[in-house]
Amino acid sequence: MKRLFATTLLGAALLVSSWTPLPTADAEGTGQGSALQFNRLMRSKEDRNPPQARDGIHDPANEGTNLLQTPQEAFAGLPQSPAGNYVNWVEALAKGAITPRYDRLNPNEEAVVFDLDIVREVKGTMPDVVYPHDRHTMWLDCSNCHPDIFVPEKGKNQISMAQILMGQKCGVCHGKVAFPVAECRRCHSKKKGGDPGTPPEAAAKK
Amino acid sequence: MERKTNGSRRAILSGFLVTGMAFLSVTADVAWAEYGDVVINNQSDQAGMRPPIFPHWFHRIRFRCKVCHADLGFKFQAGGNKINMLKIIDGEFCGACHNGEVAWTVDNCDVCHSGKPGTPTQVHGSTVQQLLGTQKPSPKQ
Repeated sequence: MKRLFATTLLGAALLVSSWTPLPTADAEGTGQGSALQFNRLMRSKEDRNPPQARDGIHDPANEGTNLLQTPQEAFAGLPQSPAGNYVNWVEALAKGAITPRYDRLNPNEEAVVFDLDIVREVKGTMPDVVYPHDRHTMWLDCSNCHPDIFVPEKGKNQISMAQILMGQKCGVCHGKVAFPVAECRRCHSKKKGGDPGTPPEAAAKK
Repeated sequence: MERKTNGSRRAILSGFLVTGMAFLSVTADVAWAEYGDVVINNQSDQAGMRPPIFPHWFHRIRFRCKVCHADLGFKFQAGGNKINMLKIIDGEFCGACHNGEVAWTVDNCDVCHSGKPGTPTQVHGSTVQQLLGTQKPSPKQ
């Protein structure tokens, strides 16, 4: 019994020393601790896009916090998505629901959109990845990705999900601000073509 | 003798179990801020200011990624840009717009510096943050 106590104490000490306090969300309105919470990591719909004063990282005691536009006010009427900000940003831009400037000062400057789909054949059973340049150049400049993150040459880029999950390659944006990595099928979207015996290279040439 | 060993092993195991449960209950307290909210706390805590929070969602409604990340030179790394108020007042980084012409001026301190004191630098809700269970800056590219 003494040993149980000692181990627990040791464990607790380790826990306290290794754990940096996470900012805690206000209990009110977050649904935390609700008996019907199925998965503690999954947000119920009511918990999404809380106002800053209740989001756990803003200081509700700060006057400026209450001057900020709230996410729900800004997202009203925008196309929805199941993850991230729960907004489908690409669709919002394509449909004109938002009109973000392409230039800091000139509101009329048009984006230089480059339309080229890159198909990456993937190992394993997941569908192949289609990378659409058009949806990316609507937001970004070529220099944002090339040549530092991706060498603009076929076959020159080794990409793994491990890298992406750790915030490299596609993970520089996806999993931080662009749609999260758990949205597998938005990238892995091309069914592997051809007969079951056809090597992927041949299938892609068809 | 053997019984005693078994007993102590069980004691150690249950000790870990109790600790594990305590850990789970502690980590269940998570923040629910917007995906992509960037907290930058390079100097704020030492300076006695609240750390600034940059809401990506708010800015992407008004500007495309290219404006800040290509034209203004913001690197894709939270806390990796060595921003300070002098540079901002000189028109670099946030100061390229927050100058009273494109957006409101920097004397509205607490609109940006609105984070809870002690909140570490992070991209809120990022995969790295979730996987490592840390709120530290993401690893360098």
